[in-house]
Amino acid sequence: MSHNAVNESVKGSGSRWQQVVIHLFPLPALVIYSVVIVYSMVAAFGYSFFSWKGLTRDAFVGLDNFVTLFTQEPYNETFWNALGHNAYYFALEMVVQNGIAFMLAYVLYTKVKGAEWFKSAIFLPRLLSVIVIGFLWKLILNPNTGVLNTFLKTIGLDSWAMSWLGDPDTALTSIIMVNNWFGVGFSLLIWLAGLQAIPAEIVEAARLEGVKGLKFIRMIVAPLIVPSFVIITVFSFIHAFEAFELVYAMQGSQGEPYMSTDTLATYFYRNAFGGTSGGDSVSIGLGSALAVIMFAIISVVSTVFMNVTRKYEVEL
Amino acid sequence: MSLPTSFRLASYEELFRQLPYGRYFFNSVLVTGVSVLAILVFGSLASYYISRYSFRWNPWLYMYFLAGMMIPVKLGVVPLFMLMRQLHLINTPWSLVLIYSGIGIPLAILILTGFFKTMPTEIEEAARIDGSSELGILFRVLIPLMKPALGTVMIIQFINIWNDFFFPLLFAQKESVKTLQIGMMSLFGEYSTDWSVLFAGLTVASLPMMILFLFASRQFMEGLTAGAVK
Repeated sequence: MSHNAVNESVKGSGSRWQQVVIHLFPLPALVIYSVVIVYSMVAAFGYSFFSWKGLTRDAFVGLDNFVTLFTQEPYNETFWNALGHNAYYFALEMVVQNGIAFMLAYVLYTKVKGAEWFKSAIFLPRLLSVIVIGFLWKLILNPNTGVLNTFLKTIGLDSWAMSWLGDPDTALTSIIMVNNWFGVGFSLLIWLAGLQAIPAEIVEAARLEGVKGLKFIRMIVAPLIVPSFVIITVFSFIHAFEAFELVYAMQGSQGEPYMSTDTLATYFYRNAFGGTSGGDSVSIGLGSALAVIMFAIISVVSTVFMNVTRKYEVEL
Repeated sequence: MSLPTSFRLASYEELFRQLPYGRYFFNSVLVTGVSVLAILVFGSLASYYISRYSFRWNPWLYMYFLAGMMIPVKLGVVPLFMLMRQLHLINTPWSLVLIYSGIGIPLAILILTGFFKTMPTEIEEAARIDGSSELGILFRVLIPLMKPALGTVMIIQFINIWNDFFFPLLFAQKESVKTLQIGMMSLFGEYSTDWSVLFAGLTVASLPMMILFLFASRQFMEGLTAGAVK
């Protein structure tokens, strides 16, 4: 039955009152969504063009906040430092988390036995909160009492045991590795859904032609799994460029040690709400400008990427 | 520090007697429960409207809602903070409920309209001819048939809201409105040497998820990837 027919019958059976009531249905969702999501994003844009005194809006300053972020010491240095960390976060998440997830998904795809149990097990960390995860890994990575260093020392690799979160060279990488452990189950499920969507006729035809192993991955799987690759990349990109929770849970909002774990979101947080121990003073204007830049990076890169990859998607 | 020596529940007692852990737990249940309920009810109403009527603006309305899935809401937290301050909702559970509902609605609409499209309209037609009101059709006829889709929405929202600490960090700083995640952070600070209390705290905060997962692991996994695999 067509939608028009539904409308006809509504008009036929219901009173005028009924027809008005219908339009109330989407109203609560519309109002809440518009206020929380749409208004807040639009307002953040507006805020970035003003100077602020504490929580009070001051004068319209045009693009001054953006100019400050990009040209003034130490704001520009902090900005590029944080941006670099976000990029590194994304790269490592792509290679480690999504790479391992693909290998695991492929194994599950080809050898189906026990897949359900394995999927559940690897997905389990995703149920814990970031606060719990951050805390547990801080215990594991503790230089003196942590399980990791104790283990390394036991097997004679004393020189490998280090102050994982205390050393600027390893702190960010450690956090991202914990993030990857947390997210690998999620990536695995997306890869697996993509693999299982490959039509059985194609797999069968390839098998009859004797195409298998790496050649099967390169010739059959790779072109057909582009949609999953696009989704995973976009998700990881958004996730990496708004990285905050795990960094905060493990190292706080100050980018410790020595700004080595600072991200755009922790920088944004300090500007918007102040540091917990001194640090940057609150600047709503700079914070909002940062939010706009982050929003621009996320939306522009995701949109361009999805459009570029569209032509590689194979129509079946 | 030593290996566990004996089994006892004293640490749980301490958690609930000397710390307001019961309060935190109640706050988490309240915020999560009301938000999830709001998302389910408002999401169903909006999805019903979008998928069962053919008003000119419906495709636009659908796109407008779905756009929210790509927006990193954290970036709008400053205006949200100002807004909630004006509404006097800071340090009440209602600021969190509003925010979580807003965040959850787009995905709920995606999943629920998708489900509506797979359902034949004959059943509602029959109910309509029998004189059911539009609201009656939705709640008495359709909702019972939508349980799988509603379950998916419920599970995603439940896990996201229960585990979130970003918004309570800013909107629930007062002791009486803190959620479990925020309460745990202070626990880590105060009890950093008393591991039995620490782990009792972790367990209390994680147990509801674990129990749910035990009963519905497949729905969990389907739910959390539902927005991605479409």
